[in-house]
Amino acid sequence: MFPIVHARQLSDAVFEVGVQAPAIARKVHAGQFLILRVAEGGERIPLTFSDWSAEQGWIRFIFMRVGKTTHQLSHLGVGDSLADVVGPLGVPTHTQGAGRVAVVGGGVGAAVAYPVARALCDAGAEVTVILGARNAELLILEDAFRALPLKGLVICTDDGSAGEKGLVTAPLRRMCEAREIDRSMAIGPAIMMKFCAATTRESGVPCTVSLNPIMVDGTGMCGACRVSIGGETKFGCVDGPDFDGHLVDFEELMSRQRVYSDLEREADADFSRGCVCHP
Amino acid sequence: MPPVSEPEGLAPERRRPSRAPRTPMPERDAAERARVFAEVGLGYTEEMARAEAERCLQCRVPTCIEGCPVNIDIKSFISRIIEGDYRAGVEILKERNALPAVCGRVCPQEEQCEASCVLTKKGESVAIGRLERWLGDLDLACELEHRCVPQAGPDSGRRVAIVGSGPAGLACAGELRRFGHAVTVFESLHATGGVLTYGIPEFRLPKSIVASEVGLLEEMGVEFETDVVIGATYTLDDLLGEEGYDAVFIGSGAGLPVFMRIPGENLNGVYSANEFLTRVNLMRAYDFPKADTPVWRGRKVAVVGGGNVAMDSARTALRLGAEDVFLVYRRTEDEMPARREEVHHAREEGVQFEMLCSPAEIIGHDGWVTGLSVSRMELGEPDATGRRAPMCVLGSEFVIDCDTVIMAIGTRANPLLGQTTPGLELTKRGYIATDETGATSKPGVFAGGDIVTGSATVILAMGAGKRAARAIDEWLFSDAKKLPRR
Repeated sequence: MFPIVHARQLSDAVFEVGVQAPAIARKVHAGQFLILRVAEGGERIPLTFSDWSAEQGWIRFIFMRVGKTTHQLSHLGVGDSLADVVGPLGVPTHTQGAGRVAVVGGGVGAAVAYPVARALCDAGAEVTVILGARNAELLILEDAFRALPLKGLVICTDDGSAGEKGLVTAPLRRMCEAREIDRSMAIGPAIMMKFCAATTRESGVPCTVSLNPIMVDGTGMCGACRVSIGGETKFGCVDGPDFDGHLVDFEELMSRQRVYSDLEREADADFSRGCVCHP
Repeated sequence: MPPVSEPEGLAPERRRPSRAPRTPMPERDAAERARVFAEVGLGYTEEMARAEAERCLQCRVPTCIEGCPVNIDIKSFISRIIEGDYRAGVEILKERNALPAVCGRVCPQEEQCEASCVLTKKGESVAIGRLERWLGDLDLACELEHRCVPQAGPDSGRRVAIVGSGPAGLACAGELRRFGHAVTVFESLHATGGVLTYGIPEFRLPKSIVASEVGLLEEMGVEFETDVVIGATYTLDDLLGEEGYDAVFIGSGAGLPVFMRIPGENLNGVYSANEFLTRVNLMRAYDFPKADTPVWRGRKVAVVGGGNVAMDSARTALRLGAEDVFLVYRRTEDEMPARREEVHHAREEGVQFEMLCSPAEIIGHDGWVTGLSVSRMELGEPDATGRRAPMCVLGSEFVIDCDTVIMAIGTRANPLLGQTTPGLELTKRGYIATDETGATSKPGVFAGGDIVTGSATVILAMGAGKRAARAIDEWLFSDAKKLPRR
């Protein structure tokens, strides 16, 4: 069992949880993920590390409440525990020799963008962060980003309730066109990463994306996380999660992410009926 | 307890060849079982076991023992059944095999012990596997304190880490405990058993049996740590360094599923057999939404492959409610690597065999599978493996109407340990290179099972685990280690 040592709600449907997992905390690098099971009978879900402390032995992750598992997770607090946490899995984000980098974090993807931006700063890169959300209320980790030695932080919201009104691709395009960046990293919903890849492709700026396909074991054994990269099948769990965004077949990724959406809705509805919070 | 052998001069009279036919094992009715996950084989009754044991000739030179990858003293355990001393029979089994109830079910006895049974030449061999299963189950049915728990050796003061709790790791762990070493088994999944848990379905190997056999190893003092990926949570060098293990055995298993690289393989509704079986067996997706993991329940399912994993997938698909399940194989039934028994069971339950068919493309609509386009094949000359090579018949393509395709065409090596362990030599195909004892290029590190040989059987992996345990025991006290025996 993995005791929960930290739990806080970041916005209406976004939560941060920390668990004591010293062996894992010693090994984590930015961009890697964990697989957890809330309880016996639960499913295995992958979540990317948002923060960790090797010294204190904890790891943290941030998630959006979208289905039964994340719904259950959102109700847990300090003193509760998780049945299983395994990791760190996947190849760490490449942060060396990065030069001038734009890191785009969309929605809950900001949680992954944060350790990536931090690692890039530590590696001596000149980092500009673009944070996107539907509205000001859904914006997360702004203070954490502000505490990093960034070159700049641009905030975009769909409704203009914070920062610029519009999509993250607008500032990304400006930076590409002004030749202010050598490469970019986009982490967020597949559709956002798809448009970031398209935007950077026009100006030939490399764009790494962090993919989040469905997984079961997370160690390469099942192949559920197949993604097409430049026409070749790769496993998100062991070959990724980072891939060259210009080569990713996003339509296929989005289609594969929806395989179980009907079943997942059914499971969540079933669970919510008996749940006090009725989200 | 030492293996039971008959004192000279007291050997029973040479038994006359039995005319009795092989005792069949009762099975759940095909029509009934094809829709439920309950075990197919029901096991012998005591009467049946006695009758079957009576068929054994008790040969002076028991060739069956050589046919067993772990050299179980088959003659003696059968003799104990004849005498009614079942407990002694169980002890003889456990001398050589930590998991008799498992092996009695999933070993390909017809190619091993039973193939070398003298009666095979005269008709039907003794049903050694069924007898092993019967004794194994008898032991499992006892209260823990009455079960036959092999004795752990006196504490050697040495610690060995085992990577993977599948057949190779379990066999190695049991053997190392007998030698008195402290053993910790690391498992990457949340449950122990490896392929016995995630791969082989409940209807062929009930998970309660795997759990009981693993429980017995715990009783012997083996420690299990689940949720630990060696190569990620700890490296192999961490285990030998700060984690303080004196040696490591790698039994991490087969690895990554292979796909055919044909168009349409990433459509929704295409599974690797590993994923399909893991969802159903380990994650219990058949019980969704009570269990949280879903599985896509196809109406018409095509399974590609001809091995045991293909049979398991096809029969699992039936049990999930498929109307039609097609087994698509590019050779004929004669060339299928699956056990005859599995092929027979699959056919009996209603799996439709599409032989001499090779998939060319998976056809889809809106991201989902709608059919499998296959080419007819014909068999040419035998290839390097001795099997006749299939060749495509030009213009013979046709489409199998289906909404699910399961690829059961094998696995390749998982690269994780190789990538994270300097000095660990791999073969050209990425498997771990070892000598015949299981020693790798890295001092103190041994390996066995599918991660060395590629996909094989449970018992071969167990044999490799046991061999490596003996090599580890020697190594721990060898000059190489330069540590005094405590």
